[in-house]
Amino acid sequence: MSRADVLVDADWVEAHNGEPGLVLVEVDEDTSAYDKGHIRNAVKIDWKKDLQDPVRRDFVDREGFEKLLSERGISNDDTVVLYGGNNNWFAAYAYWYFKLYGHQNVKLLDGGRKKWELESRELVTEVPQRPATQYHAQEQDASLRAFRDEVVAAIGNKNLVDVRSPDEFAGRLLAPAHLPQEQAQRGGHIPSARNIPWSKAAEEDGTFKSDDELRTLYGDAGVDFSVDTIAYCRIGERSAHTWFVLRELLGQPNVKNYDGSWTEYGSLVGVPIKTGDES
Amino acid sequence: MTSDAQATAAGCGAPAGGAPITDAGNQAVVQGRVTKAGSPVVTGYARLLNDDGEFVAEVPLGEDGGFRFFAAPGTWTLRVLAPGGIRAEQAVSAAIGQVSNLEVAV
Repeated sequence: MSRADVLVDADWVEAHNGEPGLVLVEVDEDTSAYDKGHIRNAVKIDWKKDLQDPVRRDFVDREGFEKLLSERGISNDDTVVLYGGNNNWFAAYAYWYFKLYGHQNVKLLDGGRKKWELESRELVTEVPQRPATQYHAQEQDASLRAFRDEVVAAIGNKNLVDVRSPDEFAGRLLAPAHLPQEQAQRGGHIPSARNIPWSKAAEEDGTFKSDDELRTLYGDAGVDFSVDTIAYCRIGERSAHTWFVLRELLGQPNVKNYDGSWTEYGSLVGVPIKTGDES
Repeated sequence: MTSDAQATAAGCGAPAGGAPITDAGNQAVVQGRVTKAGSPVVTGYARLLNDDGEFVAEVPLGEDGGFRFFAAPGTWTLRVLAPGGIRAEQAVSAAIGQVSNLEVAV
């Protein structure tokens, strides 16, 4: 796996947009951005409505994923290029999700919606009509997803990478600073976790930093590349961004995303929590 | 607290703009509006940086050029990015129960 296999840039999208076998997908939590304007031919996936189970705290299951992709007109052998707002957080989450369900050919648009907008590239409101398909998903790939017991067992043994902001890591904030600070769970972080905010992996325009810069970033922060890694944040989408960096860009073999993340861990009874800036 | 703010609290989405908050409640609100020659800048991003210049949060500008953050008490830098290579910065301090309003002209 290398950068060219998993990332495309805006020029590539403009050059190939409309070709058969290529599907652009905008993924956001707030899909009003898509409705106001999106890249030509892009379909939308709503992170909350389309990818989360409406009742249980979990993803849509395999059948739900098959139904979603079939409705969107995505085939198993299509190349899917994902992009979105929030520096591609939700697009990276969807990427992880496509991999979980076994989609082979999926890529991110480097810089996402932000870079596209800042470069004043074309956005349209016309919604593409794609004929429905019969999409077949695989069983979830358990090697990509961490659950709570595995996370507790990883304390002091594996790399735990907390990708939230330093204030969230220390317990001074319970959510990112663009959201109200009203969550009830405890603040802090999982003991032994290294705080490497997702944003350190990205340039200001939302593109990923170079492989060399990324390797130095995680190495200097205490990530041991010979050990398995679990990334987490608050609800698992920022850590999907870091999961993408570690596994897809840097080629680390055993990296899992803990999508339960702090909203789960910080509400568990009896688990250790550390507050303050130290790991 | 507005219902908009509560609706987004379950996720990490970046709600754009929205009506300005006048009562901060128990939040430390930093909000404002970005204008160019008196008109709102509707395509662009507001980034909140901490004292060390490290990124903390980012939102897309709203239809009124507005942005809002729920910060922690302290001093922050607000940076605006907009098409055409536009960048602007302002320092701002935040306190619990206080709304800090910024007018950013680019």
